Amino acid sequence: MLIPIIIMVVKVLVIFAGLMTCVAYMTYAERKVVAHIQVRKGPLFVGYHGLLQPIADAVKLLFKEDFTLAGCNKIIYNLAPLVTFIPALLAIAVIPVGDQITVAGETTNLMISDLNVGILFIFAVSSLGIYGLVLGGWSANSKYSLLGALRSSAQMISYEVSLGLSVIGVLLLAGTLSLNEIVKAQSGGILDWFIFRQPIGFLLFVTAAIAETNRIPFDLPEAEAELVGGYHTEYAGMKFAMFFMGEYASMITVSALAATLFLGGWSGPILPPVVWFLLKMSFFLFSYIWIRGTLPRFRYDQLMRFGWLVLFPLALLNTMVTALIAIL
Amino acid sequence: MADLIRILASIFLAIPKGLATTFKHLFRKTITIDYPRKPAKFAPRYRGLHYLTRYPDGEERCVACGLCAIACPSDCIYLEPEENERGERVAKLYEIDEIRCIFCGYCEEACPEEAIRLGWEFEFSQYDRKNFVWTKEMLLENFDKLEKGRAKGFIREKKFQFRAEPETYF
Ligand code: SF4
Ligand code: SF4
Repeated sequence: MLIPIIIMVVKVLVIFAGLMTCVAYMTYAERKVVAHIQVRKGPLFVGYHGLLQPIADAVKLLFKEDFTLAGCNKIIYNLAPLVTFIPALLAIAVIPVGDQITVAGETTNLMISDLNVGILFIFAVSSLGIYGLVLGGWSANSKYSLLGALRSSAQMISYEVSLGLSVIGVLLLAGTLSLNEIVKAQSGGILDWFIFRQPIGFLLFVTAAIAETNRIPFDLPEAEAELVGGYHTEYAGMKFAMFFMGEYASMITVSALAATLFLGGWSGPILPPVVWFLLKMSFFLFSYIWIRGTLPRFRYDQLMRFGWLVLFPLALLNTMVTALIAIL
Repeated sequence: MADLIRILASIFLAIPKGLATTFKHLFRKTITIDYPRKPAKFAPRYRGLHYLTRYPDGEERCVACGLCAIACPSDCIYLEPEENERGERVAKLYEIDEIRCIFCGYCEEACPEEAIRLGWEFEFSQYDRKNFVWTKEMLLENFDKLEKGRAKGFIREKKFQFRAEPETYF
């Protein structure tokens, strides 16, 4: 009785710590990679080549003054960052990071919980995060925050439809909602990966995912040229950091999900499964940064038009064609 | 429909092209100048802190004609002439307010004696506005420092000429 609980706690702690490390070093990687894309050097001074920069940032944010705005709704203002941050962490719980292992006679999957509706859980939880943005933007009682929040809600609702539809192709082929089963369905070598059987689904998923996580080129909620900072304009210190970490955590979740759904998750030869999983996930994380260094931001009407008139019909078409093939 | 095709074409052609360009840049040598840790490099005709030159025998070249003060667009040169013991006209006071100076270099162009020059020094921040006035002695001292550097071969000779130098700057 005791051993499964201990295993569970250890798994939770390891995955949580891993995720937080990833979030911290994702900010570092982003600054470094974008800097080199722009032929700059990026962080250099804290630690070897700036490697301790995330820690310095965290310390700085912790010691910032925790001010309260005049005219804001205090309770909601203080809760909103948590509402964004926690769902972003929750979603990682159902993603398998490795194969089954046996510890002390207990066989366990390397994931916190093998839900049989894993994908639904991720979508449900990650769309909760948007409440944080909307409430945060609204409660600060500032026009920029409010506009940013409105934009982000409109954008996330539009793109969530396509995101969900683009995954249905994979679900139809795998015949299951459990992420572990989906990985197993692709474990027969590289040609079994769903990226080759669902290329359009893959492109749609990646595009919608970037929009869903509010990243360039779809980062309208925080378009700094127009909205100062978007929904988090009025936040500072650790509360701002929560929004930030929430954004990065959901980027990591989405990358992990993309690796699981389309690149065969942890399956791969020679190297241990966890390493394969991390490699595939880092590929997507790198692409996030790479795309950020390349593409300019969409205009708001372009964003909406693209979402509803291009992504959505394509996703529908892809679903129908896949369903047809799956039936035949 | 035409819209759709156009957007798709741009996705499949333009975006990979852009991504390839940025990927190439990842491996380029960075152009960051590591300034406080490594000395900065200057163009040979960089215009920094002024100095007043001397003749090889140590005599000041400035004859206190005042042309530099007239040429100065920001009115930051103040000078008073006097006679020295040999009856030559020299500057009694020669002050430049470096905080008003815009480093245009008109003073060195106006000077008939090649006495006032703009050097390469640029790290002369002060805590008080008053300290930004460079007196004649300080300006001459700047020259002496430069001469010492020149003797050791640190500093390139600043050629005084009005045509642009074809030399590459960095
Ligand atoms: S550089 Fe220009 S502004 Fe400065 S002292 Fe000379 S003439 Fe005046
Ligand atoms: S520095 Fe040159 S221009 Fe100015 S007063 Fe002296 S000699 Fe005349």
